[in-house]
Amino acid sequence: MIGVLGVQGDVIEHLNALDRCGVRASVVKSAPELSRCEGLILPGGESTTVMKLLQRCDLIEPIAQRVRTGMPFWGTCMGMILAARELAGFPDQATLDLLDVTVRRNAFGRQVASAEVKLSIPVLGSPAFPAVFIRAPWIERVGSGVEVLAQLDGRPVMVRQGNVLGTSFHPELTGDLRLHRYFIEIGKASGAIGKPAATA
Amino acid sequence: MDTKTGTLTVKRGLAQMLKGGVIMDVVTPEHAAIAEEAGAVAVMALERIPADIRAAGGVARMSDLQLVQRIMDAVTIPVMAKVRIGHFAEAQALQELGVDFIDESEVLTPADDKYHCAKEGFTIPFVCGARDLGEALRRIAEGAAMIRSKGEAGSGNIVEAVRHMRSINDSIKELTVLPKEELVARARDLGAPLELVREVARLGKLPVVLFCAGGVSTPADAALMMQLGAEGIFVGSGIFKSSNPAAFAKAIVDATTHYGDPKVVVAASKSLSGTAMEGLDVRKLPESELLAARGN
Repeated sequence: MIGVLGVQGDVIEHLNALDRCGVRASVVKSAPELSRCEGLILPGGESTTVMKLLQRCDLIEPIAQRVRTGMPFWGTCMGMILAARELAGFPDQATLDLLDVTVRRNAFGRQVASAEVKLSIPVLGSPAFPAVFIRAPWIERVGSGVEVLAQLDGRPVMVRQGNVLGTSFHPELTGDLRLHRYFIEIGKASGAIGKPAATA
Repeated sequence: MDTKTGTLTVKRGLAQMLKGGVIMDVVTPEHAAIAEEAGAVAVMALERIPADIRAAGGVARMSDLQLVQRIMDAVTIPVMAKVRIGHFAEAQALQELGVDFIDESEVLTPADDKYHCAKEGFTIPFVCGARDLGEALRRIAEGAAMIRSKGEAGSGNIVEAVRHMRSINDSIKELTVLPKEELVARARDLGAPLELVREVARLGKLPVVLFCAGGVSTPADAALMMQLGAEGIFVGSGIFKSSNPAAFAKAIVDATTHYGDPKVVVAASKSLSGTAMEGLDVRKLPESELLAARGN
């Protein structure tokens, strides 16, 4: 089962996409709910808000602990911001620190600059991916273990570090399931998703 | 690179990112910082909160743009601002300034007593109020990317928001079970485009996000509206008309996040060392003072 953090944001959109991929998915708002999951998605939402809500729900350590011991994790926009080691311009802002990158929030601008882009993502092949960027972040610094999987205007907008995936954009707002399938495959390949005991 | 701004997906998408959250009315950069610290997902920049607009009377217009700018500079969460119904030049100015969302709001004095703004031509998204499904679908047809109940702003009384939320959701449920040959007549009765009526019948929900607004003043009010099907909450006067805004703001956020868990609502309510705003009996307001009746 894959969990979608459900304290705020576009949670149902991710649950629906996972359902269409044929995997079980459920909302996570507490540590016991997290413990039943084999993978975790942090959806789109407001990063400032969600970080506060994670602190109030006592979820920061449990999430960090599970991801460091191999649980597949994917952050879309807000989720990638919270996963970053560091936020440009906000050096003191606490994060989950799961991904060795520096992320700049609202980097493309305010809502007037939000856009749909046909994005080339080599690991998915063609056609180009319909990427939806909403007040989106980009990545300014990439650590040594981090692979850049897609760029826009020369800025990394999709990265992977082992079991941790981050995208600046929102695949859950499109009908294209290729990135959800890619995430599920990361988990299956490592044995984290689809273990017989966990699906029982 | 093939880049498209201002698309339906991008405009409705920002509203989707706000789901499960609380949007708070603020009148100063200091208020905005309190709201952000409490966990608001966005702020509505205003010169006066609805309770004060109600008390002051006269004509209420778009806020001073310098004030809106200072609020935009004070926080990193999205900033919304209100325009008068039908005042598309105020909306053009706010888009130029760079606010993230426009509320074409009955709380301000309407500029056009017949028509709303043509919202689909704008790059930034609009939210509009509605009392029933027909009104919601007319606003969506004009290009609104988000709908909120009207409630009765500045009243501190939740009864109108409950009425509007129940009306919208009951009408949606009814559409999902109607035989399809009845949808044309139903669209006529609703005063809404047939394509949207068919879409709602198929989806079982609006094609845009639906928030509650108008009269929320306690954590339990927020939990009530979320359980009645709101996807998030606008709080206008409820926070900065209470005696302890920071505590009320945080308590309403907590109750919205965990709306289905009465334990959290109890803890949030107990955390309040202050009193909620004064309320008004909506039935005793003269018709000329009812804000929800503006725009149709």
